[in-house]
Amino acid sequence: MLKTSWYDLPIMSVTPLDAGEVRRIAALAHLALTDDEVGLFGRQLAEILDYVRQIQSEDTTGVTPMSHAATGDAHERPDVPHASLTRADALKNAPEAALESGLFKVPRVMA
Amino acid sequence: MSDARGPVALARDAVTRGERTAESITREALAAINRQEPSLGAFTAVATEQALAQAVAVDQARARGAALGPLAGVPVAVKDNISTRGLPTTAGSKVLAGYVPPYDATVITKLAAAGAIIIGKTNCDEFAMGSSTENSAYGVTANPWALDRAPGGSSGGSAATVAARAVPASLGSDTGGSIRQPAAFCGIVGLKPTYGRVSRFGLLAFASSLDQIGPLAITVDDAAAVLSVIAGPDGHDATSGAEAVPDWTGITTATADARGLRIGVPRAFIEGVDPAVAQAFEAALATWTRLGATVVDIALPNAGLAIPVYYLIATAEASSNLARYDGARYGYRTTLTPKDSLREMYERTRDEGFGAEVKRRIMLGTYVLSAGYYDAYYLKAQQVRAKVRDDYAAAFATVDVVATPTTPTAAFKLGEKTADPLQMYLADIFTVSANLAGVPAMSLPCGFSPEGLPIGCQLTARMWDEATLIRAGTALQQATDWHIRTPSGVTP
Repeated sequence: MLKTSWYDLPIMSVTPLDAGEVRRIAALAHLALTDDEVGLFGRQLAEILDYVRQIQSEDTTGVTPMSHAATGDAHERPDVPHASLTRADALKNAPEAALESGLFKVPRVMA
Repeated sequence: MSDARGPVALARDAVTRGERTAESITREALAAINRQEPSLGAFTAVATEQALAQAVAVDQARARGAALGPLAGVPVAVKDNISTRGLPTTAGSKVLAGYVPPYDATVITKLAAAGAIIIGKTNCDEFAMGSSTENSAYGVTANPWALDRAPGGSSGGSAATVAARAVPASLGSDTGGSIRQPAAFCGIVGLKPTYGRVSRFGLLAFASSLDQIGPLAITVDDAAAVLSVIAGPDGHDATSGAEAVPDWTGITTATADARGLRIGVPRAFIEGVDPAVAQAFEAALATWTRLGATVVDIALPNAGLAIPVYYLIATAEASSNLARYDGARYGYRTTLTPKDSLREMYERTRDEGFGAEVKRRIMLGTYVLSAGYYDAYYLKAQQVRAKVRDDYAAAFATVDVVATPTTPTAAFKLGEKTADPLQMYLADIFTVSANLAGVPAMSLPCGFSPEGLPIGCQLTARMWDEATLIRAGTALQQATDWHIRTPSGVTP
């Protein structure tokens, strides 16, 4: 029988992730979360993690992890030179660019 | 008995025989879109000028006696996470506001070569993350059967405009059910091909081990016609498979019965669905039985774990794929002051550019891939994923297709599930397994709820065996008229 089904969602009373942990993950993900978002995601991530944690009781001894569903090896295309995007096309969507020198512009990286 | 041919075949045949011009068909589709948009909100961009130019080119080709493609003059709407040269492509995200791709996705190149008219871009949940099309930065899409209900998602705009009979067919993408669930909610056909069947070059990646592009249409025959055009290996996508592309449209003209078809039903898994859904599903099984199929009970012991496995793997892959949206090269960039660092540009651009669901998934994916949690969550999920796949392999040793309802309920109300992300995730219970396993699956209409909302039935087949889905689906559609009913919420 099923351990879970779509309709019998357990009533949640999960301890939220603490703010420091949420900010640590946000820093890894390059997200400047607001204080409100830190609180909201702390609660919601804890609930989702509590739900997905059920897989940890599954016996997977000797099971090879499945990273994709492709049936054959990834194939390579013939190594023939072909046209790629022009520099002008690549820069067309840039928020800020130095078109004459063909560069994307970003804030200063080194002092 | 109803005609297998739908609006795709009818439009193509009319253009090919010279009974109608591609331009008149395209103008009619544009007029329907413009009439419906105020109530449906299915599109993020309508490509009026480009579509008319494509249509005129088809008509000119016919006038000079050139051979016409298999979708000549057929308007097709395209989900807004598929790159279209010269047409805005936002994936429903503010972070891609104003982005105009400098190249076409392979599916777009193939559609154009087949004579299809790219009529516009359809609304979707941001980066295809959602099951209701409510997570778009460009507004909510309504269900044409009941404007206060969700069209499903994430390909909600693609489903709504086809269901409203504005456009004969559309493209969607399906990572955990994003073609099939909106097809079910909107009463149309949605087909997720085998992983690797359709090139993903130009699809804005969400979860690369799960994403597939596929068609939405009124009839299985129409979906087969679009799939025949977009399928096949592509040098630009190393995950596209080398398997031969059969003539799927040939199947639909040759088949009106289900003789010899063995249908497996995972009874324990589907227990507890809405009674109207159960009733419509059983009626579909009875129809197939009458047409010569055999229905047997099967087990998918790990299917109940598919949702947790899916949300671990999909979010892990998303956290990596969406790292590219950083404000440096395209799309949205935060307002900078002279003292801002590069890192501040990245972090503020992403916080301001992404919506809540996308941030939630990036956070979850980053968490499960981070040091100390990788083995317990991500690696474990990959192992359970292998067991989900093996369940299908065991089932397909004795049956040709697995049948379930596509969704546990008919379309839910707009706003009903937005406050609780986990509730929304559980709406995908019957669809995510096919993505985890890589197998092809299709939703097709099989009835209506007492409120008049469409109900969908899902068939899943072996890897590369879309032919059996198309055969079984055509048989059902020729014996029923669910797909012929039109929604009352909008004027076609």
